Amino acid sequence: MNRFAELLDRLVYEPGRNNKLRLMTEYFRVTGDPERGWALAALTGALTFQHAKPGVIRALIAERTDPVLFELSYDYVGDLSETVALMWPAPAQAPGHQRDALTLSSVIEALASLGKSQLPAQLARWLDLLDETGRWALLKLVTGGLRIGVSARLAKTAAAALGEKDPQEIELIWPGLRPPYVELFAWLDGRADKPESEDPAPFRPAMLAHALDDADLGVLDPRDFLAEWKWDGIRVQAVAGTDADGKLLARLYSRTGEDISGAFPDLIDALRLPGVIDGELLIVRDGRVQTFNVLQQRLNRKTVNAKLLAEFPAHLRAYDLLVEGNVDLRELPFAERRGRLEQFIARIDDPRIDLSPVVPFSTWEELAAARRDPDGAGADADAVEGIMLKRRDAPYLPGRPKGLWWKWKRDPLIVDAVLMYAQRGHGKRSSYYSDYTFGVWTKGEDGDMLVPVGKAYFGFTDEELLKIDRFVRRNTIERFGPVREVVHEADQGLVLEVAFEGLQRSTRHKSGLAMRFPRINRLRWDKPPGEADRLETLEHMLQKIESGRTATMPGESHNVIG
Amino acid sequence: MRPEDVLLPTPAGVCCQLGGFHIDPTRPVDKAVITHGHSDHARAGHGAVLATQETLDLMRLRYGEGFAGATQAAHYGETVTLGGITVTFRPAGHVLGSAQIAVEANGLRIVASGDYKNVADPTCAPFELVPCDVFITEATFGLPVFRHGDPDTEIAKLLRSIALFPERAHLVGAYSLGKAQRVIALIRKAGYDKPIYLHGAMEKITRYYESHGIDLGRIDLARGANKAELAGTITLCPPSTLKELWSRRFPDPVTCFASGWMRVRARARQHLVELPLVISDHADWDGLTTTIAATGASEIWVTHGQEDALVHWSRSSGRQARPLDIVGYGDEDEAEVTASGEAP
Repeated sequence: MNRFAELLDRLVYEPGRNNKLRLMTEYFRVTGDPERGWALAALTGALTFQHAKPGVIRALIAERTDPVLFELSYDYVGDLSETVALMWPAPAQAPGHQRDALTLSSVIEALASLGKSQLPAQLARWLDLLDETGRWALLKLVTGGLRIGVSARLAKTAAAALGEKDPQEIELIWPGLRPPYVELFAWLDGRADKPESEDPAPFRPAMLAHALDDADLGVLDPRDFLAEWKWDGIRVQAVAGTDADGKLLARLYSRTGEDISGAFPDLIDALRLPGVIDGELLIVRDGRVQTFNVLQQRLNRKTVNAKLLAEFPAHLRAYDLLVEGNVDLRELPFAERRGRLEQFIARIDDPRIDLSPVVPFSTWEELAAARRDPDGAGADADAVEGIMLKRRDAPYLPGRPKGLWWKWKRDPLIVDAVLMYAQRGHGKRSSYYSDYTFGVWTKGEDGDMLVPVGKAYFGFTDEELLKIDRFVRRNTIERFGPVREVVHEADQGLVLEVAFEGLQRSTRHKSGLAMRFPRINRLRWDKPPGEADRLETLEHMLQKIESGRTATMPGESHNVIG
Repeated sequence: MRPEDVLLPTPAGVCCQLGGFHIDPTRPVDKAVITHGHSDHARAGHGAVLATQETLDLMRLRYGEGFAGATQAAHYGETVTLGGITVTFRPAGHVLGSAQIAVEANGLRIVASGDYKNVADPTCAPFELVPCDVFITEATFGLPVFRHGDPDTEIAKLLRSIALFPERAHLVGAYSLGKAQRVIALIRKAGYDKPIYLHGAMEKITRYYESHGIDLGRIDLARGANKAELAGTITLCPPSTLKELWSRRFPDPVTCFASGWMRVRARARQHLVELPLVISDHADWDGLTTTIAATGASEIWVTHGQEDALVHWSRSSGRQARPLDIVGYGDEDEAEVTASGEAP
């Protein structure tokens, strides 16, 4: 456990990707089986311990500390595991050999066999035995989600480096492997053959686009590119393959490879032909794509019932074809894959799966006009988030390769609002006031008053964060736990230029509005709050949006105003 | 007599109306009593300043001659009478010259501790406990997650890293007044006898410490060394310079930071610190709570930092307690972390 804790502790502080890889590869080199395999499982997020819920840990610390002091500490540190590790009242130092005997493997084996009722006492014994770093690592491990700046992909890359293999090779066999990966490490050590992949429907790493600035277009030739709409849904990969018995197995993955099939049985049923489709998950009602807010109501549901399926029918809009039957198409140029995709979708012939149309253009000006006003998308124009540009000759490559795919989003809406409340952030920002609730002016009973219209926690630079944090601390007029109310008068306060993607009616908020994807565009230290925008401005924007589409469901919003 | 009749908390600092003075005022006043030389407590522009000789000297180094209309030095243990109120200076153990101010009238004693720590520091006089009725405490590290531990362990970590990376320079960000000199003294105590390098902004204060008989071994300015020479060495610098062009003169520097804030990982990560060193000149949670208990004070006033937690602890342990909401303290600590650095 000590060595694993030390690895995590060093990874936390190491900003460089190459140094992180070196630290992990070195750990895999000097650590034996099954210890290193369990470490790889922890780093790739492959472990879950069903009884080790944060509630168990909260209960343990509650028995040992003052609840108010715990809450204040947790609020400050921003991380449950670290707060408990720091606050834990450990007895006098345990003998070193006892601590050394506590390996990662022994912890994981014990956790697998422990009953729910035995867990708290066992956890407490371990916490008493370990030092602060060990406690922190143990708690990170058992609660899942290490969040130490290492992606599953990076951990696999580090393992691949051990055997000087291409990480892609591990990626392809990964779905068939199980912790502690003894056969994988045997292959990486050069002691055995490569393990076979047995999964008939594995995830293929997704290809991602770079954001495009208008200025980039000058150096690109329109003839090299195909354009399509960028739909405002969830990017997914739909995979169907046949197993050894010839049975078809279908799965739906998020763009990071998370299996989300369980939440979309309606779509799984439609994947009747073996192949791999890259597309956008949307909700389509009466032939029209619904807003992202509607889609959100189907996401993150562990179980789906008939009512949900009927009210929120899932739909796949296809962008690309990576595999057809059992033929891998990823090396082919995009234009050729697109041709195959069109035929493949026609053969599937299911109303739940359709083709994302190509946007015709011959000059960048034409394309810019289509982006400004996506009428070409017909009734679904509201669900267009922008334009995707793909080089005709681009192969399908994992990650974010330079120069092949570009995303060109529509211009955001902008409003000048006044900072009203600030809340401390979590994780890396735990000690900074980094979540901002802002408002605009409206007529109140005693003249103009500010009404909150949204909350944003990104869009600013680290330097701007320091300045806002200082402003908040010096201009606090009231405190509510982690939240501070800051001065917001016509002549005193901070104006934030807020950019957002859309606007909806909301019964949950005093302003009656909810913003989509708000972020801080600019800090207007120069502007007196009295000159910030009014609610009428937002109402006007909303009417303009609504005049272009039919009514959406009431109460939809995903920007909760704090 | 109520404590507020002796010392009245105001947003600009505590004020003694009978004695006609403020303690560590954040705005210019006629007469200021200053606990120590950090810029959030010792500001320029007061009519008269009463402080220890060291604090006066450090203010002069920082602000130049004429930083106050008039000055008066008091040594530890000395009592000065101001308008019927007596003011006594006692060591606070925070930095060189730092003092707690005991204010007494009609048998009521209030101690304004300024910033303090109750652990050993080879570069300043040790904290002296002063029994009192009201204790005014800081709360910079006033949460039970802050336990600073043994600074020697942290220095050992630094020296291990130097042995591990002999080809790299180790840059240790540390506040210029107090922390830097203490870290150097701790490194010397651990037996490291090679030259230690300094950023130019720390030179004056460090030389001042040496002139007070504090042996820091051989100190050179980093400015005078070439890149190859700096491999495997230690350089102390203001935290802000860790991220500046200045740091590029060092071979593949390992970024270290000596601060109590380093206890919390998110803080260290925010500043891309690779080697956090938990060394603080402020009392940690245990230091604050044991000191409060030992003063015997029945009433606790909390000036700055994590006052909510300390006020809660004081009340739940049977004392009266209140936050003072003084605006402007703790900015120096903030500077330590948020890297606005040392004023020239």
